[in-house]
Amino acid sequence: MTTPATTQAVENPTDGPGGAADGGTDDSRELTYAESVRETLGDLMAADERVFLMGEDIGVYGGAFGVTTGLLERFGRERVRDTPISEIAIVGAGVGAALCGLRPIVELQFSDFVTCAMDQIVNQAAKIHFMLGGAAQVPLVIRAPAGSGTGAAAQHSQSLEAWFAHVPGIKVVMPATPADAMGLLRAAVADPNPVLVLEHKLLYKQKGVVSRGHHVPLGTAEVRRRGTDLTIVATSVMVGKAVAAAEELAAEGIDVTVVDPRTITPLDETTILTEVAATGKALLVQEAPRTAGFVAEIAARIAESDTFHTLKAPLVRLCGLDVPMAYAPELEKASVPQIPDIVGAARQLAKGD
Amino acid sequence: MRDLAKDPDLARQALETMWTARRFEEAVDQLFARGLMHGTMHLSIGQEASATGTCLALRPDDLITSTHRGHSHCVAKGADLTRMMAELLAKDSGYCRGRGGSMHIADVATGNLGANGIVGGGIPIAVGAALAQKITGSGKVVVSFFGDGAANEGAFHEAANLAAVWELPVVFVCENNHYGMSMAADEAFAIENISARAGAYGFPGVTVDGNDLQAVYEMVSSAAERARAGRGPTLVENVTYRWKGHSKSDKNLYRTREEIAAWQERDPITRFEDAVRKAGSLTDPDITAARKAATDAVREAIRTANAAAPAPATREVLLDAVYATEPTGVPA
Repeated sequence: MTTPATTQAVENPTDGPGGAADGGTDDSRELTYAESVRETLGDLMAADERVFLMGEDIGVYGGAFGVTTGLLERFGRERVRDTPISEIAIVGAGVGAALCGLRPIVELQFSDFVTCAMDQIVNQAAKIHFMLGGAAQVPLVIRAPAGSGTGAAAQHSQSLEAWFAHVPGIKVVMPATPADAMGLLRAAVADPNPVLVLEHKLLYKQKGVVSRGHHVPLGTAEVRRRGTDLTIVATSVMVGKAVAAAEELAAEGIDVTVVDPRTITPLDETTILTEVAATGKALLVQEAPRTAGFVAEIAARIAESDTFHTLKAPLVRLCGLDVPMAYAPELEKASVPQIPDIVGAARQLAKGD
Repeated sequence: MRDLAKDPDLARQALETMWTARRFEEAVDQLFARGLMHGTMHLSIGQEASATGTCLALRPDDLITSTHRGHSHCVAKGADLTRMMAELLAKDSGYCRGRGGSMHIADVATGNLGANGIVGGGIPIAVGAALAQKITGSGKVVVSFFGDGAANEGAFHEAANLAAVWELPVVFVCENNHYGMSMAADEAFAIENISARAGAYGFPGVTVDGNDLQAVYEMVSSAAERARAGRGPTLVENVTYRWKGHSKSDKNLYRTREEIAAWQERDPITRFEDAVRKAGSLTDPDITAARKAATDAVREAIRTANAAAPAPATREVLLDAVYATEPTGVPA
């Protein structure tokens, strides 16, 4: 199931005013991605007293990226809980509170810090419902800023989504627009399972039209742009880059579809396969390193489905290099796909038959 | 503080609980040895006073998190023996429907948030459960059971600190049975008592003879009272000993037969029976009856569990079991 494509000519694929994605209600207005997350957190806490926040420096500091600014003043220390620098305890306390009926939303300051909390995420949160024969639920939301582009180097710039896609029991969400930052977060908090929300730190300042209370069901991809020559499937920050690349290509007469899976677990395989089959050519774009990245899974799903028979050319992956993220700006840019890279790869794929 | 040995009802309850845990694990040991049970298990035979004394100090609706060596915790918290046995026998009627086995038995209804296969994994979860009690003002206390080995995991330290700074209603019960698998506590710690670690986080820590039911009961009662009063956590170190190996792969190469025999002389159940006799609260026939009740209950649990259907092994059942489907009720 897809919605009509939007056609903004920017590296900023907002769900436009009146677009199908937000229902076009009266309270649509422009928010940044960070503001959208903040408004959602506030609205959910106001609506349900079981919802509370935990994380490092999320109180008076407002979080490393300012996302929780103002929530402490509004909800107080009991519901906006600054924690010691203890990722095991933060996530573990979230698991325990969720098991006991609360709806914790925990923030990991950088998604790289999942490494410190891995047992609680992978062995505990993701497995408890299954392991206990369905007798318990862990409705825990973990928000974590991901991705490169801020000069923070190798331990603060990773895109680790594939690790979690490989763990049954946890859902993984990657909002690419301000509207999805709200819609997917609302769906994550309403979900009875642990959900990892990977917010891209380069998107926090991006603006887009968001209608208050916007909801996006987990597992529904969005077609950001629809064309006839080629289908790009891109995740997170690469969605905007892919849309910008598509606009450049349009000037050359190359007409591109851009699909944003939005959630990688669950994955809207149907939309991806349908949109790839419609053009017969697929370019898969992610920021994460190439080897065993999530788009390899998308490639495999295409390859093992009937869509394979519609392909007019081999699949192409455009991914981050298999390197740790470097510090220097030019090194950092050279490590992940940029708009010209997408344009080049798409052009080559579109022209070769 | 009540004297368990002097109160006939409590004495009978404590004896039955300890004997039930003992008989359950003896039965499990035999079923494994005879090839009638698969997988693995970790027995707490010899440690029954720690589980029993701790749970007797709790209210029925208080919560616990348990460990891989958790059968006695389940029994002491009031778990259903048949569902426990059914789980170990891989039946659909087991606590986890055959999906968890010995290391993952939980019984949310009796306040048991679950055993855990990861050393130290349950400690932060207990702290989160305690946070939930504090936030909701439920008045409930959470006990986190863990072993000596877990006290060297980062999870213990992070969780202990968080519980301390937030003054959460949690009691950390460290069952020091002298070995983390084969690693002697003497070699794994440069301190004499694990309870000393509590001081580093700003809350009390006490070391107790974990084979002395009354001592465990008293210390955990005080700690639970302190937690319930909003004064934060306590670390209770119950010094005890496991008679059996770490798991079924254990050949006991790291300890002597003499050491094991010496600890068997300090059997917590025999010791409590002696105390009961001395107190005169139960007669010898009463004590025998308590023992027999436990034996009968375990025998009946095996019989019923054995007759149950195995867990259905279809792809659909497995895939449907991964994610919960009931919405949280938070407005979406």
